[in-house]
Amino acid sequence: MIRVIIPAPLRILARVEGEVGVEVADPVTLGRVLDALEVRHPVLCGTIRDRVTGRRRPFIRFFACEQDLSHHGWETGLPAEILSGKEPLLIIGAMAGG
Amino acid sequence: MSHVRLLVGTRKGAFILTSDAGRERWEVSGPHFPGWEIYHVKGSPVRPERIYASQTSGWFGQVIQRSDDGGRTWEVMGNQFGYEGVVGTHQWYDGTQHPWEFKRVWHLEPSLDDPDTVYAGVEDAALFRSTDGGRSWHELAGLRNHGKGHLWQPGAGGMGLHTIVLDPVNPGRMYIAISAAGVFRSDDGGQVWRPVTRGLKSAYELPDPDAEVGHCVHRLAMHRARPDTLFMQKHWDVLRTDDGGGMWREISGNLPTDFGFAIAVHAHEPDTIYVVPIKSDSERYPPDGRLRVYRSRSGGDEWEALGEGLPQEHCYVNVLRGAMSVDSMPSCGVYFGTTGGQIYGSRDSGDHWEAIARDLPAVLSIEAQTLP
Repeated sequence: MIRVIIPAPLRILARVEGEVGVEVADPVTLGRVLDALEVRHPVLCGTIRDRVTGRRRPFIRFFACEQDLSHHGWETGLPAEILSGKEPLLIIGAMAGG
Repeated sequence: MSHVRLLVGTRKGAFILTSDAGRERWEVSGPHFPGWEIYHVKGSPVRPERIYASQTSGWFGQVIQRSDDGGRTWEVMGNQFGYEGVVGTHQWYDGTQHPWEFKRVWHLEPSLDDPDTVYAGVEDAALFRSTDGGRSWHELAGLRNHGKGHLWQPGAGGMGLHTIVLDPVNPGRMYIAISAAGVFRSDDGGQVWRPVTRGLKSAYELPDPDAEVGHCVHRLAMHRARPDTLFMQKHWDVLRTDDGGGMWREISGNLPTDFGFAIAVHAHEPDTIYVVPIKSDSERYPPDGRLRVYRSRSGGDEWEALGEGLPQEHCYVNVLRGAMSVDSMPSCGVYFGTTGGQIYGSRDSGDHWEAIARDLPAVLSIEAQTLP
């Protein structure tokens, strides 16, 4: 089980509280975790990755074990602590005013 | 007994205000979708409990919401807005060509006769239609491909298709307006489009003041009983056409400034129209700090200021293009919202006003529903 923490506005949209757990078959990559998240919560489609281009939305960031994976490809593997469930994958809305 | 519902989109959520026929006391529900920009909320004319909302965010993109119970509960609909065919390019700020990129939905216009059909005006400017209640969307690409789409360019506020007007009498006829591109008409349900800008003059915005495309149209309004007549608030100038856009003529008359965003038509008097003059080009607030609606009962040219109940000093808010609407009660109600978060209403066609909400987020849009 991969633990994922999503931004508060997306938790409201997906009607979840706290972390989201998703089952992902090997090899576990950033892209496959997002695929599983979107299958479990289809309302998140387009909110993290652009619906048409599939690219990360500009103000979304992916943090794992104090690493920023935002500029890595979808095929990027995740740290062992994420795979074991010890640490969550953080999906972050970048800080901005307004 | 009849009652009125106001659907309000703001920078930080949607609000629903309801009142009985007297319209003296209003119940406020919301914020719905707190923290998100709600560009537009509008109900189906044939099934008023069905309401569509455009929920958008610079972080999280576009979400379409639908309610089938008058806004009590909501369901997320489809948000895949893919341009049809070759995406193409339009003019960019530096004069180069730039690919069309979907950003957000500015306007949702439910069909006049089918609750499952709804149109969406989007940025970068294009028109989409759903025939399954908002679950899937398909572009009506004839608009961008009318021949001069490559000449469209965004204004400072973005290249949004912000107004959709459906003709209730002539089957298949509809109008749309785009910031810094102009006004366009289709006579076949949205397949084929042509600019209808003859008579518009934009001397301070375009090198050719009479150009076919490029006019910064801010808003259109139509009365259902007279669909060949449309009223327009352009960046500068208030105008009307009486032949479906064949020719426009200026009706700014004695307005203190012909700049503004919102324009609306009285529910029962096709020649009574409302605008909110705004000082510009940079200030974007009411002249002299006095918030006044201007009403013409002669279809334009002659205007009277309506300020009773509105702040008449130190008022520096704006009224955006989608933020004015009318109900169709026997004594027509007129409503508008401000960037300061106030919603003002009049129960008597604009003679007297009062604040019915004072401290909402900046108001982007208001739609009034008159319900049985």
